[in-house]
Parts: sequence; structure tokens; C-alpha cells
Amino acid sequence: MSDVCIVGIGIHPFGRTDGLSGLEQGVYAVQQAMKDAGVEWPDIQFAYGASDSAGNPDTMVDNLGLTGMQFINVRNGCAAGGSALFSAQMAIKSGEFDIGLAVGFDKHPRGAFNALPSEYNLPEWYGEAGYMITTQFFAAKVTRYMHEHGISPTSLGRVAEKAFRNAVHAPHAWRREPVDLETIMNAPLVSDPYTKYMFCSPAEGGVALILASEKKARELGKPFIRLKAATMRTRPPGSFEVFAPSIDIKRGGSATNIASRDAFSIAGIGPQDIAVAQLQDTEAGAEIMHMAENGFCKDGEQEAWLAEGRTEIGSKLPVNTDGGCLACGEPIGASGLRQVYENVVQLRGDGGGRQVPNNPKTAYSHVYGAPGVSAVTILER
Amino acid sequence: MRPIAEGLFTDETPPRLVGGRHLTTGRIVFPCPPGKAYAPYPLGRTGTVWSYTIQRYRPKSPPYLGPDAFRPWPVAYVELPGEVIVEARLTNVAFEDIKIGMPVELVQIPLDPDAPDSVLIPAFQPIGDSQ
Repeated sequence: MSDVCIVGIGIHPFGRTDGLSGLEQGVYAVQQAMKDAGVEWPDIQFAYGASDSAGNPDTMVDNLGLTGMQFINVRNGCAAGGSALFSAQMAIKSGEFDIGLAVGFDKHPRGAFNALPSEYNLPEWYGEAGYMITTQFFAAKVTRYMHEHGISPTSLGRVAEKAFRNAVHAPHAWRREPVDLETIMNAPLVSDPYTKYMFCSPAEGGVALILASEKKARELGKPFIRLKAATMRTRPPGSFEVFAPSIDIKRGGSATNIASRDAFSIAGIGPQDIAVAQLQDTEAGAEIMHMAENGFCKDGEQEAWLAEGRTEIGSKLPVNTDGGCLACGEPIGASGLRQVYENVVQLRGDGGGRQVPNNPKTAYSHVYGAPGVSAVTILER
Repeated sequence: MRPIAEGLFTDETPPRLVGGRHLTTGRIVFPCPPGKAYAPYPLGRTGTVWSYTIQRYRPKSPPYLGPDAFRPWPVAYVELPGEVIVEARLTNVAFEDIKIGMPVELVQIPLDPDAPDSVLIPAFQPIGDSQ
């Protein structure tokens, strides 16, 4: 079967944009992506749109044009963008369509995400007691991981330091000032062992990707990137997830394990073949744990990897080359697509000051979120 | 003072947490889910700290019902041997003394320590080390 190709990308800068709705930021990204691909809105046959808190994506046809095209809304937690991309890919693979859109945007209020128990099949008292808090879970998960696998607090700091350093060169990033390790380590704690620089913030932004069949991509006549695999998976037994009043003593794998394994299988390559990776880093420890959960190293090896700078741009496996969620913030609907956007930039060689050297040919992206979902993509040039 | 929810604790003294045991697989969870797949299952009162963090900012209301005046509190996952790992506060312990593996026992604490009619929530305290 021929590949599904990414022929156009667009992004509205992440962060906070007063006066522009989440949907308008999504529309901006779509317009950028169409310009990039050299197509017009009437050319777009279908769309999958992801948004968690910023309204129904299909209403953007008001802004873009009432062409009668198919537009399906996706709401799938932190995997929303990945789910939109997976679905768009399937629409082309099936032969139903030749060219379409995966778009994601969001706009969250300041402060931590405020989830309600009823949205997650949990009793009310769980929220009343103060446990519906993502930062709590991430902190407890990494505390256990550090205990079992010998990861130091300094490694958490190194991940955050790298994020802000990389973001200096990413025009779409939110926090683009370098922060030194000492400042990161000595900042106020939010949820131990994490200081305020080690958590990402809910944010705003929009990303659009235009996908096409290989035949259509050739007709357009511009360089394209092949989407070799896109997977979205849910949790297996024994996983440890956001908003868990209890967990099994017999520990199991994770949604990430499954999404990653299946993506590598579909793409026919392994972790050692990946040249650049964007891994979910809603907090510094997540990047560390996800390095192992996605198969790039063994549990515990991250301590040496980070001390030796092996995830820096120009080293063995550059991770989160645009600063990831830590520097870009997390607009839920857009975040997973931002990773893919960044990977396309890298594979095209357009990364500027953050470009991975030596013409990378493969790129990997991974998101994770409540209540135990993960989405992975593998791109090839 | 009454518990924050019905069916969380047994009626005995001292109380135990009420989990749920899956009728066919035997899997134990907390709290006991509604429906017919799980039967109520009183959990052991003692265990060890499996992991923990300190909640250092006030959770948003709703859903949080704790006092407006916020003081940081520790929250842990406690392994009850042979049963399940449950999430609950830690109490009667200094933050810096919390260690993974430390033995703890179940108690009830008020959600708002300064309110005479506060609801009670589950917590664990160090064994033989309570104040």
C-alpha cells in the first residue's frame, strides 16, 4: 500500500494570545498549512478536528468556507490530536479521500487543569478530598520511578534546562528564555520532587497538518514527508494512570508501551532507527519515563543519558527539539499535533538554530494522557 | 463527625477502608465500585508507603471542599499487602521524614482541621510513631 503523506503544516504560536479564540488560532494554522501545501480550502475533502476546551472544531467552516466538506470532531483527552491524525490517515488509506486535514487547537484558563470526578467515572468525594489533580499523580509516579530506577532530582532539572534552551530557537514556543539548572532546582516546589520549572502549563495554540495520498502528494509537486505509522492505544491491566484512587500491586505496562510497540511494528523499524523524538513531557520526569516506555533506553539508563547529554540536539537521540510541553505549554487539542509539526520541520531541515544535524530521515512523536491513553507517530522523509 | 462519603469505612472501631473484590477475577480495588461486578471487601489497616508527593497549592473548587486557608499536605499511595495500593493522605509525619517503604496504619482525619463539623477522610500515619 502506498504511504499517506504530510504535504502541508501550519501552527499558531503557543502560549497566551489574548483577543484570539482557540478556534481562530486553529483557523490561522489551517491557513498556514494550506499555503505551505499550495492548496485552497475547496481542495480539502475532509477534516478531523481536535479541541478539549475551545469549542466544536467543525464550526471553523464558518471562517474557512462552506464547501460542504466532511468535518468530524474528536475529543480524546491528551490523545485528541493524535486521534485526529490517526483518523485522517485512515480516511486516505481507505481510498475514500485523497487529501484532508488534521487540525487541533485549544485555549485553557490559567492554573492547573480542573477535572471533575464525574467526567472520569470516579466518586465525588475523590475530588472533594483534593485528588483530581494531574500534578499529584505525575509527582507520585516519578517519585516511585526514581526510587526503583535510581534517577536523581538533578536529572529532572536537566530535562527542564534542555527544554528552555531548545525553545530559544523555536518561534512557536511559549517560554523562550534559557533557565539555568541551579535556578530550576532551587525554584519553589509545586508537587515534590517537581519545582515550578519542571511542570508545563495549560496554554493556547493551534496546529494543522494537511495529509494526502502519495499520488496526490506527487501531483502537488512539493517535497513531502511519509507518515509511516500512527497509533492510538488505551491502557492495559496493572497500569498507573492519572486519577487513580487505587492501583494493582501486580504492576503492568502502559498505554504508551502498546502504542509504541505497535507503531514500530507497523513502520517496520525499531527505536535505534529514530533520528529525532518528541516525547510527552508535561513534566520533566515524564520525558525521562517515556524514554524507556517508548523503548529508547532501559529503565534507569536515563540518568547516564542526561548526564552525558545524549538527548541534546546534535547527540545520539535529540528529544523535544522545540522545548516540548515544558516550553510550549499544553493546549490539549493541539499538543500532539505540535510534536508532528516539529518533526516535519526537522525532517525538512527547516529547524534553524534547533535543527538536528546530518539530515535526519526518521522522526518519532508520542503523547500520553488521562485516563490512560497514548498516541504515537513515526515519520520518514 | 461523619465520613466524606457513605461506604468508605467499615462501622467497626477502629474502622477499615472498604474496597471492592471482583466476583470472578478476585481483583481488589478501592473504593468499591457501584454495580454487581464487585462485592464490598474490608481492606487491611496497615501497609507501607509505595509512593508519595506533597500537594503544595490549593486544589481548585469545585471539586475541592478543603478549607480556603491552605496548608500543604502529603498524599501517598499505600500498599496493603496482598490486596491493593490505595491513595490517601499521610498524617502525623514531617514531610522530610516520609520514606518509601515506611510502615503506616489507617486513621480518620478531618478534611478541615479547624472546623468542628468537618467531614472525615482516610489517612495513614506512621506505625508506633504517632504524636
